[in-house]
Amino acid sequence: MSTEGDSREQGEHARAGNDPVMADLGVGGSAVRAAAPGDAVAGIAPRYVATPPDLRAASSLLAAAARHGLATVPRGHGSTVGWGRPPRRCDLVVDTTLLTTIEHTAGDLIVQVGAGTPMADLDAALAGAGQRLSVDPVVPGSTVGGVVATGLCGPRRMLHGTVRDLIIGMTTVRADGAIVSSGGRVVKNVAGYDLGKLHTGALGTLGLIASVTFRLHPLPPALRVISAATGDAATAAAWRASVLRSTTAPAAVELDWSAEGPLSLHVLLEGAEGGIEARAAEVAGLLGAADTAAELPPDWGMLPGAPDDTLLKIAVAPGRVTETAASLRTAAEAVGIPVSIRGSAGAGVLYAALPAAADAGTAADTVTGLRHSITEGALTVLRAAPGVLEQGLDLWGEVPGLPLMRAIKDRFDPDRILSPGRFAGGI
Amino acid sequence: MPEPLLALVPRLRDICGGDGVITDTARRRTYESDGLTYHAALPGVVVLPTTTEQVAAVVRLCADHGVPFVPRGAGTGLSAGALPRTDGVLIVTSRMRRILEIDIENERAVVEPGVANLDITKAAAPRGYYYAPDPSSQQVCSVGGNIAENSGGAHCLKYGFTVNHVLGLVVVTPQGEIVRLGGKAADAPGYDLIGTFVGSEGTLGIATEITVRLLRSPQKVRTMLAAFETMDAGGAAVSAIIGAGVLPAAIEMMDALSIEAAESAVACGYPPGAGAVLIVELDGPAADVDAQFDAVTALCRASGAFEIRTASDAAERARIWKGRKSAFAAVGRISPAYIVQDGVVPRTALPEVLRRIAELSARSGIRVANVFHAGDGNLHPLVLFDDTEPGAGERAAQVSGAILDLCIEHGGSITGEHGVGVDKACQMPRMFGPDDLQTMDLLRSAFDPDGIANPEKLLPTPRLCGERPGVRKGEHPLVAEGAAELF
Repeated sequence: MSTEGDSREQGEHARAGNDPVMADLGVGGSAVRAAAPGDAVAGIAPRYVATPPDLRAASSLLAAAARHGLATVPRGHGSTVGWGRPPRRCDLVVDTTLLTTIEHTAGDLIVQVGAGTPMADLDAALAGAGQRLSVDPVVPGSTVGGVVATGLCGPRRMLHGTVRDLIIGMTTVRADGAIVSSGGRVVKNVAGYDLGKLHTGALGTLGLIASVTFRLHPLPPALRVISAATGDAATAAAWRASVLRSTTAPAAVELDWSAEGPLSLHVLLEGAEGGIEARAAEVAGLLGAADTAAELPPDWGMLPGAPDDTLLKIAVAPGRVTETAASLRTAAEAVGIPVSIRGSAGAGVLYAALPAAADAGTAADTVTGLRHSITEGALTVLRAAPGVLEQGLDLWGEVPGLPLMRAIKDRFDPDRILSPGRFAGGI
Repeated sequence: MPEPLLALVPRLRDICGGDGVITDTARRRTYESDGLTYHAALPGVVVLPTTTEQVAAVVRLCADHGVPFVPRGAGTGLSAGALPRTDGVLIVTSRMRRILEIDIENERAVVEPGVANLDITKAAAPRGYYYAPDPSSQQVCSVGGNIAENSGGAHCLKYGFTVNHVLGLVVVTPQGEIVRLGGKAADAPGYDLIGTFVGSEGTLGIATEITVRLLRSPQKVRTMLAAFETMDAGGAAVSAIIGAGVLPAAIEMMDALSIEAAESAVACGYPPGAGAVLIVELDGPAADVDAQFDAVTALCRASGAFEIRTASDAAERARIWKGRKSAFAAVGRISPAYIVQDGVVPRTALPEVLRRIAELSARSGIRVANVFHAGDGNLHPLVLFDDTEPGAGERAAQVSGAILDLCIEHGGSITGEHGVGVDKACQMPRMFGPDDLQTMDLLRSAFDPDGIANPEKLLPTPRLCGERPGVRKGEHPLVAEGAAELF
């Protein structure tokens, strides 16, 4: 990420000395370079990439970008920067990877962490004190900012809640460069509006997430994963219902249905060493022929499919989750698309991947058809494979409350310069 | 009644029916304050709608005429968030009290806003489920009010706040639009308007239908009471428990003065001579609970507990909780008047802050009883004074304010669960900077461009600031009539 090296690639005109905009972007201390082809966001090439070393610099940077009317897209490690719709404009990518402070207060079970911190680094730092952030990484390599901006979370959401449920404070930079904090550093706090909720899952359309404060949990002394597989969705539904009706308090009930294999249900138990065997035995009894392991399966919680696939998020009334998975399978198989499904059977939130190789028109029709069959819930296309967007597919479907969302965007970012167009309703 | 309101009354009667509109002064007076009785104002007119459509029509009428409105649930709030406007309409949800659905298959309940918090659990309990947020006024406080305040309760240490349990809302916006957000499915698409709305203290609209998560009742609940000679010893036990990786459902602490008050009020029979008592409740699978219970018992003993009592059935548990739950009401027995504070400090700062509160108390000669949620650092100091003594109220208010200063100084919050309302709006700038507050105001104006939804609550205004914090005298009216136990 050296300024000199990248400038060289871009040629003379991009040097800060000859580009007053670039010079202005760097005034607050951000390293600024001309963008390279690899910096494109969903195919839209920016002009600049700037890397603020701290919050103050990020504030100056966004203020300068606003003065110049630059459309700005935040980026951590870039693993989800192409999600949502392609931005209508993208002039500046703000690279958050230097915002990596970790302030862990173990006695209070909280951590304040810079947005650019890789989730893996955070996990390692917390594990040293016997604690964790109870958010399973679902995209390898993602940063804290990326996880929060996409609102992504995995299997353990069933017991511990979603990523937004674990956020107790947030510091963001507004479109005009103002530094805005909400929440705080205590677990219990109802002072003021909880602006962190708005930024979670907003794909960087309301502000740049600079740091996030989370509540933490102690690492459980023991865990067991009880797994069973079936070819029949109705059987899985019965298993699911019986586990949820038990008092074994699972941390996760995860559905895993790869394109090739049968439907697997994984039940994760966490807790005291002394009680775990009895709970595992009870769950195993409910699942019939089940395997019990003392470790998580290798790709636990990871999103299904490959990075180029069309990725769906399907949230339904939780009692209908297996039925929904089965109708997706049936619909996709009928048109020859092998679909992989994974997600929280407990919470009723599934991710599904339609291969990039599938015919774009057929994939788009399948998505639209499935969306219409959901009576209670929502199907969101998190990421569209190449060609699928061009089929006119609506990534969001109907979004209740959209006028309020637009009103919020109008006030937070009146000039529409933060990730314009990436979000629902063209926000 | 102000002239512009008078003109609206026939229209309000058309909407809510004759018996759904209150104009009589004596009847309006019963709504002049919420649980924080120090703040009072006669509402211009009171309406009691029964449907979402009626609420929307009333709000639209207000919007068309630029008349402010204030939502009110059961009126148990402790920050004057439901303080009426003399020039406005008070919209009371007490007639919207149907439980629309208990859906065990999907682990959801759908309710109207006037339903009492505890009634959800009562309806779900026969099927083995419950609604987790448990503010101490849960027998009477309304779910709609819980939405407005993002209510917590003793068990939020483990189970979170109202916001963590709401999946769907039907909201009447300040412009009178009806918006259905989320439902039985999680993760409603788009910005998290539900998470934004919960805790917005009636400034972003009125929730008229609420979908909440039901939890499976735990297999086992065990409760213990540990008595210590000093607060420091009790505090050390709390640190040891958290440090050992145990997450109890609740950890509550009381000091000698609050124990004395509770003893005189309800004869709870706590161990004599205790300088502090700790109540620890564990719940979950039986084997887990038993293992953790033994660990917690050992940690309490190691920290100097001189007596430990345990309860395993509901009746024994109720006996342990009795003193804690009656503490607020009980101080009315030992002091003519008192101020309830609701500050939060990082849990590790608790010993230091409690010492500083004791110093404040000694210096000022004002007694402070400490009752608090020790697991999450949420303090509820009760500042005691005699309101017949000249200047005592002011001195108590100063002590109460100084306690909030301590919370802020230690990186905490001015309110953990009672809300900002009118009471703490002027203290918001001590926690948030101008850009923070201005951004919050931007959010507010996105929902309420005309500024008619519960104006002058939550965010500071020049007119508001300068009034002194609330002082309550004697027992809360709901406690007096036996309807509520207050933390």
